[in-house]
Amino acid sequence: MIGTVHYLALSAVLFSIGAVGAVVRRNVIIIFMSIELMLNAANLAFVAGSNSLGSMNGQSIVFFVMTVAAAEAAVGLAVILALFRNRQTVAADEIALLKW
Amino acid sequence: MRAYLDAIAAGYPTVSPALVYLIGMLAFGALVVFVFILPVAGITSWVERRVWARIQSRIGPNRVGPGGFLQWLADGLKNLLKEDVIPAAVDVPLFRIAPYVVVAGFVAAFVALPFAGSLIIADLNIGILYISAITSLVVIGILMAGWSSNNKWSMLGGIRSATQIICYEIPVGLSIFPVVLLSGTLSMQGIISAQGWAPTSWHMFHSPFLFVSFLLFFVGALAEGNRTPFDLPEADSELVAGFATEYSGMRSLLFFLAEWGNLYVIGVLVSTLFMGGWQVPHFTDNGVVLAVAQFATMFVKAYFWVFVAMWVRATLPRVRVDQFMTLCWKYMVPIGLVNVVGTATMMVVLPQGSIVLRWIMVAMTAAILVQFARRVFFHLRRANYGRLGRISEGAA
Amino acid sequence: MSPLAFYPLAFVCIASAMGVVLSRNPVRSALSLVASLFCLAVFYVFLQAHLVAALQIIVYAGAVMVLFLFVITLLNLESDRGLGEKPVLSAIGFGAGAIVAGGLIAALSRTSLGARAVTLVPTFGTTKVLARQLFGDYLVAFELTSMLLLVAVVGAVVLAKRDGSYEGDEQEAAVPARSEEASH
Repeated sequence: MIGTVHYLALSAVLFSIGAVGAVVRRNVIIIFMSIELMLNAANLAFVAGSNSLGSMNGQSIVFFVMTVAAAEAAVGLAVILALFRNRQTVAADEIALLKW
Repeated sequence: MRAYLDAIAAGYPTVSPALVYLIGMLAFGALVVFVFILPVAGITSWVERRVWARIQSRIGPNRVGPGGFLQWLADGLKNLLKEDVIPAAVDVPLFRIAPYVVVAGFVAAFVALPFAGSLIIADLNIGILYISAITSLVVIGILMAGWSSNNKWSMLGGIRSATQIICYEIPVGLSIFPVVLLSGTLSMQGIISAQGWAPTSWHMFHSPFLFVSFLLFFVGALAEGNRTPFDLPEADSELVAGFATEYSGMRSLLFFLAEWGNLYVIGVLVSTLFMGGWQVPHFTDNGVVLAVAQFATMFVKAYFWVFVAMWVRATLPRVRVDQFMTLCWKYMVPIGLVNVVGTATMMVVLPQGSIVLRWIMVAMTAAILVQFARRVFFHLRRANYGRLGRISEGAA
Repeated sequence: MSPLAFYPLAFVCIASAMGVVLSRNPVRSALSLVASLFCLAVFYVFLQAHLVAALQIIVYAGAVMVLFLFVITLLNLESDRGLGEKPVLSAIGFGAGAIVAGGLIAALSRTSLGARAVTLVPTFGTTKVLARQLFGDYLVAFELTSMLLLVAVVGAVVLAKRDGSYEGDEQEAAVPARSEEASH
């Protein structure tokens, strides 16, 4: 039988994949998508916890996370567009103007 | 549906109920797809061509079967037997998957569509929200098709279509809210049960706000279904065939299947949300007769809106992209917001609604329809007089 | 949820999540992410979170990922270097990720979360209950969320606007030549 632990393990795996993607890839858009993946892994953990405890708080928090993720996607993609217009690249390692 | 399967599962105690559910659901799903969705979508294509032809003073397909009725079957067979051409430069896996994603998004909507009081695959408690969610999969499929075709027209068509669907999702959602406020539920059967069989108890005539909502919903649904006057994604004079340009044979047919089938989904949604769905007067206690009557009512109401969509398509020219965006963001979204607030205010001021207002709404609609019919018959008569006049002149 | 349904779905979910990280092509990454998020929506349904599942599909498949695809196709990012350029660094990244995942799972395996603590009430996860909570306990947060979305919309429009044609923006005014170049 599948219990809460299985969902939490799946959530942990997805979170790690997202973290690896954010670290390893250089394309800003893919880094961004990896962050979305991490947010969703957290959401899965919240929903599993909500189901396990019989409390709706977890689902409410997922609602807020989704809203924040949507706002983040809108602003983040606008930033990427502006960045591309100024520097003609979306590779994170070429955007090194502020590096010392 | 669940109740039937429970009964079957009780009959076979040795088999695990989960297996019975799985097989039962698969069988019922296949039944709905092959016995209902495919014929309805196919016949709609024939009806559409005949209606168009009639409106444009042509004849239309009339060779295969009585009145050309079997044309859709012949077309389907022809497309099945055609070679499935996959151009060299496309992204092969995405190109192959895209039509299936589109069709899956459209077929999955039927899970929550009511056919009659007892006939629904699953009466989800988030019914209408589920339908608007699952049909957004179509966007992904269309973008996939447009991008993977590696063709400028396909790409432009795909992007236009996706823009169109996600923009018009907002006014459509806003026009669903008043109905949900009135019914107090998102379930499709719950929304229908909140109405009655008589037009005065339909949501559409509850107040002027609901009537405007209904218009917004129909226009928005036409736009989401890529129907004329909003068929920019497949504008054949500009984009060849839009996202379907590179597709041939069965894959191309699947896109059109989804488009024609979607018309029926739109019809069912309009009649469920605003026109009382399958509600009939309780004239008999025989469950089967009642179910058939309800099914027929639902089908006629839904198909009426399918017919209106065909009529609109044959009558109106295509809008431009800027007009299209103006319509959505400057008119439909603000009007939708006003509708939501107005309905909520109505419900606070008059919690039971106003039967007088309902009768006035019905009477006004009837008056408009009668006036419209009079105009139509006047013009028909005039056209006939003109023709007869010419004939007599020629004879003289 | 039976293991027969859980494991295949979890496999698809993880495989498509890997697809996000490993694909060379950003469009394929985005479509893999859609598949992964769709699988998560199915899990939500099994966890009695029907409204959240529907919202997940509307918000992600219907809006956020379409936005991503728009930006990717707008920037025309067809070719990407993928992972190939610095294999050592990539390997270190993957190793660290594996350690994180292993550590989390090891910690989970020692907990006693297997059995559900309480039996669920029949109305659990329905729209009504969630709505009561959102408009009751979390009313302030909910209203602040709407402000957040408004600010995000305005911010996105300002950031993504193409020309310095609107007044009062010194940054755009300072680099008119640059944007001229970009448009050629």
